[in-house]
Amino acid sequence: MLDLHGFGPALIEGTWMTIRLSLASVALGLLLGLLGASAKISDNTLVRGVGGFYTSVVRGIPETLWVLLAYYGTTSIFNYLGSFFGNPYLTLSPFVAGTLALGLCFGAYATEVFRGALLAIPNGQKEAGLALGMSRPRIFWRITLPQLWRVALPGLGNLYLILLKDTALVSLISLEEIMRKAQFASNATKEPFTFYFMAALIYLGLTVIIMAALHVFERRANRGFARTEL
Amino acid sequence: MTWVERWEMIMRFLPDLVEGTLMTLELVGIAVVVGLILAIPLGIARASRHWYIRALPYTYVFFFRGTPLLLQLFLVYYGLSQFEAVRESVLWPYLREPYWCALITMTLHTAAYIAEILRGAIQSVPGGEVEAARALGMSRRQALQYIILPRAIRIGLPAYGNEVILMLKASAVVYTITLMDIMGVVRGINARTYQFELFFLVAGLIYLTITIVFTQLFKLVERWLKVEASRRR
Repeated sequence: MLDLHGFGPALIEGTWMTIRLSLASVALGLLLGLLGASAKISDNTLVRGVGGFYTSVVRGIPETLWVLLAYYGTTSIFNYLGSFFGNPYLTLSPFVAGTLALGLCFGAYATEVFRGALLAIPNGQKEAGLALGMSRPRIFWRITLPQLWRVALPGLGNLYLILLKDTALVSLISLEEIMRKAQFASNATKEPFTFYFMAALIYLGLTVIIMAALHVFERRANRGFARTEL
Repeated sequence: MTWVERWEMIMRFLPDLVEGTLMTLELVGIAVVVGLILAIPLGIARASRHWYIRALPYTYVFFFRGTPLLLQLFLVYYGLSQFEAVRESVLWPYLREPYWCALITMTLHTAAYIAEILRGAIQSVPGGEVEAARALGMSRRQALQYIILPRAIRIGLPAYGNEVILMLKASAVVYTITLMDIMGVVRGINARTYQFELFFLVAGLIYLTITIVFTQLFKLVERWLKVEASRRR
């Protein structure tokens, strides 16, 4: 079996950091995705333009660049802002910068998923809600959102799996997640293959767990619905 | 710093930026073409009726799609040197070079994704067409060659175009093993000028431009191959 030279606990810490980072990014990304989708199907041309601009610009630029930009590119702005509060060395932490960058990218792709899902909900339901005297936010929370999950879940699940792998990029701004820990361990032991392979197994393990969880969520979201079979 | 000075600074580094862009295009170009060639047998095997033929490509695809490209890059560039056998093999002069490591990793990575696209496309060729080919007396091999693959290529083309763009963006990690692609050049300029925002913006614009050009090119190819028409049945 693989000899980890006592770096096992470090890898577990890294895994936990990866999980936390991915969940924080998903939380931000889902919010941005919902906002983006609402913007894209808005009646207002300007709002629709902003939504379109967001998705095409974010999706046309590498995630790596967003991560580096969120960390190195914001230093002078935050130093400037910090100087008003007596802290001219204010910067974003790698975790916050990583969350912002990955959340932004997840949000752009989630926008498309949510937009498709929003369009899949018949307009008549919204009209029925209005006819019953429900307010628009109430229609969104009570009628649209619960159905949105069911349609959007498979797409969002795929995006989450992609996001999980993109968290490795945050090691480039020195957040101590799986990749970074594996890097430390391989530098110390001179056994890079052992530790990078171990890291690969951890990513694969996380992928399998997430896929199983998504399967359960999808079954729950689809309860009471007949499956379309070919 | 005024915008005129910024513009002059960008112009000063323009030759480097062009070289970086060419490096990125070269890596992505070779990877997606060789990846496609590798993916054809993989994709066909993935769609096989026999589990023992499916098993190996499944493992390959599972590994390469389930782990980050950055990790795969490090496994090849740093990891392989751990083994004496690799260091003494005839391939070592290549596996020692960041350029070849990046090219090999990107090709294997994208081959896994393209194989999956191809499998999906093969499986979505309408069953009736395959049956018709068999009823006309074509062998399984002929049906694959003349009916299934030409149809699958049209079905899979839009997804292949997406994959090329995803590879373009994924290629931005190769600077970590000292390659001077767009990111590598921009990181170098940043270290000299400290103009992080400016040159990240430039890099973003370069990537965005390539993405838009690629998207339009693939639209042309789709029109040329009449992908839309073949979808209508």
